[in-house]
Amino acid sequence: MRIISAMSGGVDSSVATARVIDQGHEVVGVHLALSRTDSNGKSRGCCTLDDARDARRVADKLGIPFYVWDFSTQFAENVMDNFHDEYLAGRTPNPCLRCNEKIKFSAVLDRALALGFDAVATGHYAQIKSGDHGIEMHRAIDPLKDQSYVLGVLTQEQLEHSLFPLGGDTKPAIRAEAEERGLITAKKPDSHDICFIPDGDTAGYLIRKLGEQSGAIKDASTGEVLGEHLGTFTVTIGQRRGLNLTVPAEDGKPRYVVDVDRASGDVFVGSPELLDVHHIVGVDPIWAGMPLTDQPIQVMAQVRAHAEPVRARAALVNDQVYVSLDEPIRGLAPGQAVVLYDGTRVIGSATVAATDRVNPTKMDVLTAVDIV
Amino acid sequence: MVSRVYLDHAATTQLRPEAAQAWLEAGSNVGNASSLHTSGRAARRIVEQARESIAEDLGVRPSAVVFTGGGTESDNLAVKGLYWARCKELGHSPLGIVTSAIEHHAVLDPVIWLRDHEGASVHFLAVDSIGVVDVVQLEEILTHGGIALVSIMWANNEIGTIQPVREIASICEKYAVPFHTDAVQAFGQIELELPQLGATAVTLSSHKIGGPVGVGALIIDPHAKVTPILHGGGQEREIRSGTLDPASIAAFAAASRLATQNVSEHARELRELQEYLINAVQVAVPEAQLNGPPSGDGRLPNNTHFSFPGCEGDSLLMLLDAAGIDCSTGSACTAGIPEPSHVLLAMGVEEKTARASLRFSLGRDSSKEEIDILAQALPGAVERAIRAGSL
Repeated sequence: MRIISAMSGGVDSSVATARVIDQGHEVVGVHLALSRTDSNGKSRGCCTLDDARDARRVADKLGIPFYVWDFSTQFAENVMDNFHDEYLAGRTPNPCLRCNEKIKFSAVLDRALALGFDAVATGHYAQIKSGDHGIEMHRAIDPLKDQSYVLGVLTQEQLEHSLFPLGGDTKPAIRAEAEERGLITAKKPDSHDICFIPDGDTAGYLIRKLGEQSGAIKDASTGEVLGEHLGTFTVTIGQRRGLNLTVPAEDGKPRYVVDVDRASGDVFVGSPELLDVHHIVGVDPIWAGMPLTDQPIQVMAQVRAHAEPVRARAALVNDQVYVSLDEPIRGLAPGQAVVLYDGTRVIGSATVAATDRVNPTKMDVLTAVDIV
Repeated sequence: MVSRVYLDHAATTQLRPEAAQAWLEAGSNVGNASSLHTSGRAARRIVEQARESIAEDLGVRPSAVVFTGGGTESDNLAVKGLYWARCKELGHSPLGIVTSAIEHHAVLDPVIWLRDHEGASVHFLAVDSIGVVDVVQLEEILTHGGIALVSIMWANNEIGTIQPVREIASICEKYAVPFHTDAVQAFGQIELELPQLGATAVTLSSHKIGGPVGVGALIIDPHAKVTPILHGGGQEREIRSGTLDPASIAAFAAASRLATQNVSEHARELRELQEYLINAVQVAVPEAQLNGPPSGDGRLPNNTHFSFPGCEGDSLLMLLDAAGIDCSTGSACTAGIPEPSHVLLAMGVEEKTARASLRFSLGRDSSKEEIDILAQALPGAVERAIRAGSL
């Protein structure tokens, strides 16, 4: 096959590229320029000039053509602007997921296919297998690195043109292989942060982007004002630290952000039980294979990249996904993605629109479809 | 590597064997050209012979030749050096600078730097749809005074437009304003006849004419006042410091000698090939639009530049690269990110069309066979790039 290998300049995509070459494919390396600003040379994101250089040197070493593709405009519109808008609307988005959905496996894949390539390879940890209903995506064998959650936004059609050569190995094995192959990226640290917020201070970034919009932090049960925040977007449901509450809790117990009222600008804090979510309504579903039906089935649901999956029942009604969790999870905010699994296989994903804590009126249908 | 169809001679061209030979001969001797002993004098002799040789090629005095590290340095030295010296001479700053919007970044960026850091007022001469600057506007600006220098390129690196430099030089002379011209692309392609031009400073580069990379010259009126940008040993007339590089300078001189012989004949041959290329591309891809002037006196004989409507230039470049053809989007890159050409935008080309552009530039060894290979590869590549561009 003719393959575009997306090379971030990190160790994973370096080894992924080497592996698809070894498999005998005709490979062209492409580094995606997603942002025009270098974070002062400190290479932590996935789009600095240092990373572009590292990717180029790996491509040189592997003897493949290499290009930089500029997707900074699409990235700004579909990922960064969306990130700002979602926070402004009181939701908690996941930009990595959005980037996979709109950039890597959409804009990049589309361009690759148009230019006569057959597939895009990346260094994500996930496995592609063929099953009874065509191509399937499964969790990587390394539970610490499994990235199937952030790939849960891919359609089966996109998966048919995707290669994840690393999903069957552990991270230490990949590093060792990079070392063995003499790739300069072998010892590069992993990137953890959002690439356009390299210092990891999301609240500070949003204040700079959106401006301060201060409001009150109130007790969820009494309404008493306990402190101030610089914008509803600086806090997230389930957050405990960094609230700088000026009035101590009577019982001395920790208090968590349990609700954010975007309209009034009020943030409510309370005891952790108030965070318990039992039911989820998800919108904009994306299926990695056969969609759910209105007949509830047993699934595993995961709501964050590194959250424990929980047993649940799920069904699809009027293009909305209803999920009823066997045991409650804490701190789920609208805007997060819920990814559903059948064992290790990704069924699909949806964006959380409501829970029994937020917009609970939407829950009525749960009884209607009898999955409570 | 299999032999490639190299159509990017305006970016850099093959080192001439005579230049390589000169480099090896000069480079095998020890000696700093500024040292006083025998070995130093031997090195100095190589530099001075090269200076005289290049001066003779150009018809200027040897003292007018200031060796630099290349075209970018020469442009920076001319723009900043003349600007600062003029401010000092006229006893006030900031002053104005006249340039065009289609200059190479090596001129454009120092001009913008002087604007942003020293308050220079900058006048960008408008260009017409084929990239020729407006000389009427130039005279209009100069009548108001307060201009430190005028810097207009001899020929454009992207679209090959040759500017009316003689006219510009005589207008500048009339108003006693220094005139600098970047002749990097024109050198070796057309007759320069510098003595008749009357420019204050002219930028030349070695590697565009078959010399080594990393050496160039600023041909500057020995009476002109220039403030240095590199301070140090003052090796080049106190205008430029840095240990002289006899090997590169000797090789530059060897290339210059070859490039300035039979210029008209060379240009005539290239122009024939240029017309062949333009025709071949337009037959292969009828929608292709030639940017810049038609083949003829108004255009560098080695340059062709096309827009392929609906394509992304970088997609097309990649597909042609895979087909064994080297060409250029003709624009500046940061970490390889292509920007729409500021030259085309200044000519009034829409951004989408500007992004759909490629430059094919010819050299001494270019052949019709190479152009035929290009013409064969183009339709398929364009079709795919249009599909990618429509996303």
